[in-house]
Amino acid sequence: MAHSSHLLAQLLDLFAAGLLLLSFAMLSERRTQRLVTLFAWQGAVLFASTLLVAYSAALREVYYSAALTLVLKVIVLPWILLRLIRRLGAEWDSELLVNIPVTMLLGLGLVIFAFGLAQPISTLATTITRNTLGIALAVILLAFLMMITRRKAITQVVGFLAMENGLFFAATSATYGMPMVIELGIALDVLVGMLILGVFFFQIREQFDSLDLQHMETLKED
Amino acid sequence: MTSHLHQTGEVLLALTAAPLAAPLFTGWIAQCRAWMQNRSAPPLMQPYRMLRKLFQKEVALATDASPLFRVTPYVLFGTMVLAAAIIPSVATGLPFAQVADAIALIGLFATARMFMALAAMDVGTAFGTLGARREMMVGFLAEPALLMVLFNTFLLSGSTALPRLVETYRAHPSLIEPSLLFAAVAFLMVLLAENARIPIDNPATHLELTMIHEAMLLEYSARHLALMEWAASLKLFNYACIGFALFLPWGIATRTTSNGLGLVIAVAALAGKLIVAGAVLAVIETLSAKLRIFRAPEFLATAFILAVLGLLVHLLLGGQA
Repeated sequence: MAHSSHLLAQLLDLFAAGLLLLSFAMLSERRTQRLVTLFAWQGAVLFASTLLVAYSAALREVYYSAALTLVLKVIVLPWILLRLIRRLGAEWDSELLVNIPVTMLLGLGLVIFAFGLAQPISTLATTITRNTLGIALAVILLAFLMMITRRKAITQVVGFLAMENGLFFAATSATYGMPMVIELGIALDVLVGMLILGVFFFQIREQFDSLDLQHMETLKED
Repeated sequence: MTSHLHQTGEVLLALTAAPLAAPLFTGWIAQCRAWMQNRSAPPLMQPYRMLRKLFQKEVALATDASPLFRVTPYVLFGTMVLAAAIIPSVATGLPFAQVADAIALIGLFATARMFMALAAMDVGTAFGTLGARREMMVGFLAEPALLMVLFNTFLLSGSTALPRLVETYRAHPSLIEPSLLFAAVAFLMVLLAENARIPIDNPATHLELTMIHEAMLLEYSARHLALMEWAASLKLFNYACIGFALFLPWGIATRTTSNGLGLVIAVAALAGKLIVAGAVLAVIETLSAKLRIFRAPEFLATAFILAVLGLLVHLLLGGQA
């Protein structure tokens, strides 16, 4: 038993590292369409790790949330996003404010910061996933960074969703997941938010002929 | 006396096996690429035929060529053969591995690169100089990334020797190390860049503005060219074997299993891994487009940062293992 739980912990570490790797891949991706694919992969890794947590903790609720992750983050959201991108004709462009090596270096700094922050917390936790808290924090911060360094509305939304992924992962790694009601609420929020933002995209484009959010900075009349 | 003979045999085997097998790997990748791109594939033995043809031709030298230009193919081939003898591709009990660790290996690759760049500049053609400069740029970006990848693995084994690393893995087969995930991706990127594969350079191109590796070979002919080409395929083979030793060390014969059966298994495992790796390389090369040369620093900086991330992840997660 001890050996198998050790193996599980190692596998979880591996999935956590995979999430971080995918975060960096998203950070360095220029094309919007590929960004969404990477987001779907992140969801898939999240699903696998949640499933593993559910198995190791033998909690039925976590199984449900894993299923929710699979349906929402691997299938529905990427599908909606891809459809939106295709209808907006925004497959290729993604304007960066900062060039990629600098972004990656900033990301590296954020990872160090997150790891340093999580170290004292994770020594207090008792779950087998406690080591991954630092990675979850890093994923959240990297998603933040992605939202900051991109101009286009769609990539910012993908960053937002990736941040939600990180939060979800933080919840499962720190406390074996949130209560079911909260989780369902968040899932619904994300889905509805996505739909509303989809409508927004068209509104923004109609107003400014572009999805570049810099145009919104000059909204006030002078 | 017999042990002495045995040792000599081992040395000879280590020095000849890899050069003989390397063109086969190159041929296999070319075949996979052709299949992926709906072309009719060249035969598997094509690289050997090309080498034979080139060895039979008469050498044409530029009038301004210095001895350096003529020596370079032999230096290049020699360093690659030596590198192949250091890398534990089949067995860890290598005759040369005691004196050279992985950092010496990087030094060998750097020596080869330097000679190649100097020879390309030697004749004084524009393309040679252009290729040499680009090669040095890619090289100086790829080398730190490769070193960082190796540091990742050194942290696990506590030694800079590749055979020790393989033996550490084999002693703990159930060890899953997340930091290696980062290191493996970074290593793959370095491999593509260092061997003039597609995101950085196209090995099949002769288009002036984009070529790097080919630009340096333009002035070479006959047996010199053959040795250069052979060294290039040997370099790719070496990199693949380093990758296997670092990340997929299954099947490699250790000191305890280094008998007849162990070696047979090791060779079969190596062949299997090379077949899969060649197919994977062909898929990567078919799916990705060549980057502009100015994007190459970005590509390699990403590799470097991933390798550093691997170190960080090891420090965070590796505590309990």
